[in-house]
Amino acid sequence: MEYFLTEEQQMMVELARKIANEKIKPVREHYDENEEFPWPIVEEFAKSDLCGAYIPQEYGGLGGGVMDLVLIVEELSKVDGAISLALAASALGTFPILLYGNEEQKRKYLPDIASGRKLAAFGLTEPGAGSDATALKTTAKKDGNHYILNGTKCFITNGGDAEIYTIFASTNPAKGARGISCFIVEKGTAGFEFGKKEKKLGIRASSTRELIFNNCKVSAENLLAKEGYGLMIAQATFDSSRPGVAAQALGIAAGALEESINYARTRVQFGQPIASFQAIQHILADMATEVEAARALLYATSKMMDAQHAAGKKERITKESAMSKYYASEVAMRVTTNAVQVFGGYGYIREYPVEKMMRDAKITQIYEGTSQIQKNEIALALIKEAAGKK
Amino acid sequence: MNIIVCIKQVPNTTNVQIDEKTGTLKREGVESIVNPFDEYAIEEGVRLKERFGGKVTVITMGPPQADSALRSAISRGADNAILVSDRSFAGADTLATSYTLAKAIHAAGKYDIIICGKQATDGDTAQVGPGVAEKLDIPHIAYVKKIESIENNLMVAERMMEDGYDVIEVPLPALITVVKEINTPRLPSLKGMLSSKKAQIPQWGAKELGADKNKIGLTGSPTQVMKIFSPPPRPGGEKLTGHVSEMSKTLVSKLKDLKVI
Amino acid sequence: MSNEIKIITEKCTGCTLCFKECIFGAIAMLDSEHLLSDGKKVKKLAQIDLQKCTFCGACVQACKKFGAIELKREESAVHLDMDTTHYKGVWIYAEQRHGEISPVVYELLNESRRLAEKLKVKLSAVLLGDKISNKAEDLIHHGADRVYVFDDPILCEFEDDSYSELLAKLIAAEKPEIVLMGATNIGRSFASRVAAKIETGLTADCTSLDVDINTRNLLQTRPAFGGNIMATILTPKHRPQMATVRHKVFKHAKKDDARKGEVIKKNVEHSSLVIRTKFLKFIKDISAKVNLADADIICSGGRGLGKPEGFKLIEELAEALGGAVGASRAAVDAGWIPYSHQVGQTGRTVSPKLYFACGISGQIQHLVGMGSSDIIVAINKDAACPMMKLATFAIEGDLYEIIPHIVKSLKER
Repeated sequence: MEYFLTEEQQMMVELARKIANEKIKPVREHYDENEEFPWPIVEEFAKSDLCGAYIPQEYGGLGGGVMDLVLIVEELSKVDGAISLALAASALGTFPILLYGNEEQKRKYLPDIASGRKLAAFGLTEPGAGSDATALKTTAKKDGNHYILNGTKCFITNGGDAEIYTIFASTNPAKGARGISCFIVEKGTAGFEFGKKEKKLGIRASSTRELIFNNCKVSAENLLAKEGYGLMIAQATFDSSRPGVAAQALGIAAGALEESINYARTRVQFGQPIASFQAIQHILADMATEVEAARALLYATSKMMDAQHAAGKKERITKESAMSKYYASEVAMRVTTNAVQVFGGYGYIREYPVEKMMRDAKITQIYEGTSQIQKNEIALALIKEAAGKK
Repeated sequence: MNIIVCIKQVPNTTNVQIDEKTGTLKREGVESIVNPFDEYAIEEGVRLKERFGGKVTVITMGPPQADSALRSAISRGADNAILVSDRSFAGADTLATSYTLAKAIHAAGKYDIIICGKQATDGDTAQVGPGVAEKLDIPHIAYVKKIESIENNLMVAERMMEDGYDVIEVPLPALITVVKEINTPRLPSLKGMLSSKKAQIPQWGAKELGADKNKIGLTGSPTQVMKIFSPPPRPGGEKLTGHVSEMSKTLVSKLKDLKVI
Repeated sequence: MSNEIKIITEKCTGCTLCFKECIFGAIAMLDSEHLLSDGKKVKKLAQIDLQKCTFCGACVQACKKFGAIELKREESAVHLDMDTTHYKGVWIYAEQRHGEISPVVYELLNESRRLAEKLKVKLSAVLLGDKISNKAEDLIHHGADRVYVFDDPILCEFEDDSYSELLAKLIAAEKPEIVLMGATNIGRSFASRVAAKIETGLTADCTSLDVDINTRNLLQTRPAFGGNIMATILTPKHRPQMATVRHKVFKHAKKDDARKGEVIKKNVEHSSLVIRTKFLKFIKDISAKVNLADADIICSGGRGLGKPEGFKLIEELAEALGGAVGASRAAVDAGWIPYSHQVGQTGRTVSPKLYFACGISGQIQHLVGMGSSDIIVAINKDAACPMMKLATFAIEGDLYEIIPHIVKSLKER
């Protein structure tokens, strides 16, 4: 479908596709198999200016918005949904600074992220605080011009490989959710260590680690906004970042669809290409329809977010953002499962790419809010809207 | 350092398919790309600029559409570009092309090094690079796989040969043609792509170059294409069958019968 | 007068034959309803983009049936006064490398002997180098009637400047009608300079040659567009007619020790030579036991090897056959083997007697580099890939299983 992208956006897509096909495709199996962080590819992202697509020009970016990030992540994910995550997860870690950072904080951190010299990561989840994020136990105790952080974060994407972390910790446990604050913590800060790297079902080229804070002393200058603003920052970040996950899911699904069509046209059974069988045709038709629907919803949401931002409006877009992520991730799981089905036995072995795509797709239904949490958000927004009308 | 890179736009044969019935190329919808060897030339030019400073000027001779090849070079780090284009240049063979490009390089001003791809993938002649050097009366080194050093206006480069490589020293200005081994071309950057869209690319015709009209285009081309035809398709092969050890024996005995082993 | 080409609207049936034939993409099919001369109405009309057109005439041939394309080629204006009859004789450049005559020279001698006899002229060879006079007789024994020898320490190593200067001057003085060289790295580099110096035509990498005895034109046939198209090229109004010739396409000349010929020693005047390049040293490629360009048998591996260790197997096969090791671009790009082994468009062009393609699917870029091999053996899992269809002998299956068997059978032979 024609989405009338701007000339700049078409260029970004073209470039991301080039990187995906020329640089990522030849090595994707290697990084998956070895569970290795794809540094050479991240360098390619940096050299090609992709890391700063959504960051304003005054901080060294290209001045694009959520739509630009979405297009890039989708295109990269068509080939590898794990390697693209290095860039997408960095954006997740960057949004708190972009949305709530003061001028000094933005000047200090955004240019390095935009140029790709440094990656960012987002630290909210804890062993006892997953879907119930406000149950976090990490504390930040004020000590003069500093805060002392203590606690453990888990399942942190880009953990260990990123240089800049946006960390959520309670400055006032008595206040519960309203006592959460957000800090920028740099790798190398004393008392900030990394725990074990997780072994995962999918997105194995992406690093997932524990972050351990043991009397970690962080300057008060690194507090984002004010004490107690943490929950708001997290919510606003998710509004902006969920389209990124949706784009990752969409890309994986679109990649699996393309592989399936190509395979169906060449694989011969019963003396003819399997694409000539209606059984296969109907699967392909379902896959294609769902992919296009997910894309239409995601693009519409992203464009709306960018338009709102450009108009200076600060309304929450939680519902649409959650819908895009929820729908795209469900589609990704269905489409990749179907892709494996189209490939049959060959789909189940590692020599063909759809097996990996199916493994990679699963995480999109889980992180940055499970599908069930997204539905909670959507329903809550619906009820609020209805109540507001009366 | 003033670096000139000569490039050519060619049809992309990567995805070209062969018509199984006729054995000829399927030519519909073939896109135009920068000649693959010229990508190495552009990259080497940009790397020299990064090492020694200066600027990279890309030149192409071709139809106005070749403008996109020049913009692609700018997106990868070239500073400016010149499109050498004129109806009267059409039909040029390698001699007329060498003359025209040499005129354009001369008109572009002072230069220290000219870099060309080893050959273009449409004509595969490898003749234009050395031809340009001759017309400019400067030395050249063909098939360069590495520039070892540039010091005191002397360049030392490795020339790929069939049995190894020669190390050659040459005073600048000089022309080199480069092979794939010399580097890995970078992808464009988004900033580069954006600036390439805005770049002003002058178009120079025969008049601007002060070219002798007897030396350009078909008029200035000693060679003429008499006919173009499709080569006869290779006779169909034989598919060996049976157990692996049987197939191996059959193959060896067939090759022996054919006296190739 | 300039070149003119046009579509005669009332003859164009919109059949797209010319459109399909144009390799330069210079023809577009317009939606344009028009009447043919017989009153029939058609909906499509061919249109020629003059910026892209090279006036090659392929479309005119494609449209023979309808005659809807008219091409008027401009007469070459240069050298019109050149009296081509003053130019007599066929020459070859006897390339030497490290004091040894390159194998392609003997192939040139064989083919040019035939051309010289057809034209009833002498065949001369030009030899440049240091301490190489003793090679002149060998060239005569292989078919040369006359050998010009420049034997001087200054010519010890090939330098474009000195070699092209000496050859260009000799051509200007002796006026041969045809000058042929091997399409080797040396030949291609310096033939271009010589042709540009004396302003004549040069055709690269010919795979077939002939002469028209009436016009005395050399018919130079070469592959273009990666070997999918052949073009026959003439240099009608310029002399000499120069061409480089692909290695291993023509047969090696037979030796006849009884053959007699003339050896003409030429002096090298150092003062008149400007040599700007300076040869420093030669580094031999030690990774290749057999030189790819000269090999009669080449065993190549591609992406299908799956891992760098696969080349150990290819080496074993090559050793059992006494051949060289080649590779597809995919294998080189994956870092499994150095670039010097790459066969194909961005690598080397080879035409051995026997080519083994192991795990190479046969993308067009690879086929360009080896398509003129006499016999091709393909080993691949995918029976439908282009290489398997093209191969003289195709073996479907796992190369890791098949190659050891072939090596065994070869050793038993």
